[in-house]
Amino acid sequence: MPISPAVSRLPLLPDRYARPSLPSFMAYLVAFAFAMVSIQNSGLSLERLLVGLPSISRMLDQMFPPDLERISSIGWSLLQTFQMAVAGTVLGIVLSLPLAILAARNISPHPVVYVLSRGLISFFRTVPDLVWALIFVIAVGLGPAAGTMAITIDTIGFCGRFFAEAMEETDAAPAEALNSIGASRTGMIFSAVIPQAFPSFINSSLFSLEKATRSSVVLGLVGAGGIGIELKVAMDLFSYDVASTIILSVFMLVLVVENASTYLRSKII
Amino acid sequence: MTAIAIKDLTKTFGSGANRRKALNALSLQVEKGEMVALIGASGSGKSTLIRHMIGLTLADRGTGNISVFDQNVQAGGRISRSIRQTRVRVGVVFQQFNLVSRLPLLTNVLVGFLGSIPTWRGLLGLFTHQEKLLAMQALKRVGLAEYASQRASTLSGGQQQRAAIARALVQHAQVILADEPIASLDPEASRKVMDHLSALNREDGTTVVVSLHQVDYAIRYCPRTVALHEGIVVYDGPSANLTPELLKSLYGSDSDELLVPQRPRNPVVLAPKSKTQQGRLVETPALAAV
Repeated sequence: MPISPAVSRLPLLPDRYARPSLPSFMAYLVAFAFAMVSIQNSGLSLERLLVGLPSISRMLDQMFPPDLERISSIGWSLLQTFQMAVAGTVLGIVLSLPLAILAARNISPHPVVYVLSRGLISFFRTVPDLVWALIFVIAVGLGPAAGTMAITIDTIGFCGRFFAEAMEETDAAPAEALNSIGASRTGMIFSAVIPQAFPSFINSSLFSLEKATRSSVVLGLVGAGGIGIELKVAMDLFSYDVASTIILSVFMLVLVVENASTYLRSKII
Repeated sequence: MTAIAIKDLTKTFGSGANRRKALNALSLQVEKGEMVALIGASGSGKSTLIRHMIGLTLADRGTGNISVFDQNVQAGGRISRSIRQTRVRVGVVFQQFNLVSRLPLLTNVLVGFLGSIPTWRGLLGLFTHQEKLLAMQALKRVGLAEYASQRASTLSGGQQQRAAIARALVQHAQVILADEPIASLDPEASRKVMDHLSALNREDGTTVVVSLHQVDYAIRYCPRTVALHEGIVVYDGPSANLTPELLKSLYGSDSDELLVPQRPRNPVVLAPKSKTQQGRLVETPALAAV
């Protein structure tokens, strides 16, 4: 008696065990080859690393002990750096809020306004802060003003997006309740939407302060004010002991800001 | 004087084969100072009707003239230009309270002033001392004065609903629309909420329209009942006449939904109080204070 076809047929394998199709196999191959070529072209080699080891150790040797002679000038410069970060973040947050209201789908006055403000926020975010700093250095000259403006724009790109998303996620019912008793649109936004999104606002703001503190250090490299330029000069003059003082003090600053921000977050929210 | 006038209101939801008339050429008048219950099984159009009265939902094009105290709310499926002036006179109480849970109770009541104060003050949340005192008075009236500074989320459902009533109080609402205000409350909290609505009606002359799921509350609190079935008014008259037989003739087997007392804790049972029941009573001293 012939075995019925239903019994003889093997059950099908789940999709993920099937062999990849030819196009996807080719895609894997190309991706893998590109990764290999990229590593090759970066010029990494064990040999060069080994040859370079003595100069790293020489640098580390000169870095310690750190030169504390210029500590007070470094301190002031560090303070200026942090002030740039604070000023940029505060201005950025203040400017983000109205922009985020226009860019939150549920409260934006018009779809066109929504798309435009979303686009502006994305543009601010996708252009790196170093590029903003270069632009503002050309616009307003060397110094902390350029760095502060770069951080402001960067903060708008970050907070604008997260503020808008926090407001979009709020419960619509309380807003509708205020709408139904004749509250104006702004009254509704400020009394029902923003209070609900507030913890998230605090969270994003603290994150952007941490981010700004780190980037304010780097912005000095292009002359946008702050301690970055001192680090560059110390490195260029081979004063590694001064450089190590700067690096350590930056490390301390970032550490303090991050811990303070974590503490505040746990306190407030 | 007519408080609410509704003429020829039709609302269709869905399209194509799923078209369903939630309200069908409905007309209704409520006089000033009345307390009217709106009853009907789920999906009979109670909530839809209340949302139309405040202009949150618009009627089908060319139908539905709705006015509150002779001020137009919507006509022919278009919202009135002066809707905000009308809404200021109407307090709305929702099934899910719709308070801002992170804000203190007092602020949740103060927002009742939003419709009548300048925009910039509402924007900054600047309320005058006088307004704060009025809000406290309103909270005192619903028995929640001692909770004024607590976040709304820390209060029970019944307390939140009474705060929503306090919001309507500071609004000096001439009409209160309550959309299933007691549907998610236990019987004790339900009774308190209905008592407060009833007091507003008796003492302040506020017109109250309240949609209810259970007929016994309608009979106890509202002299007049409007019964809806599939978007049509099937009964409009004294609540006292709503016998189970009448309901059966109106709703058929659906009438069970309106009559079966949904009471997990029936106070009639003469059993010794369990520990949990005692605990619940102790935890809510404010309820006992009213």
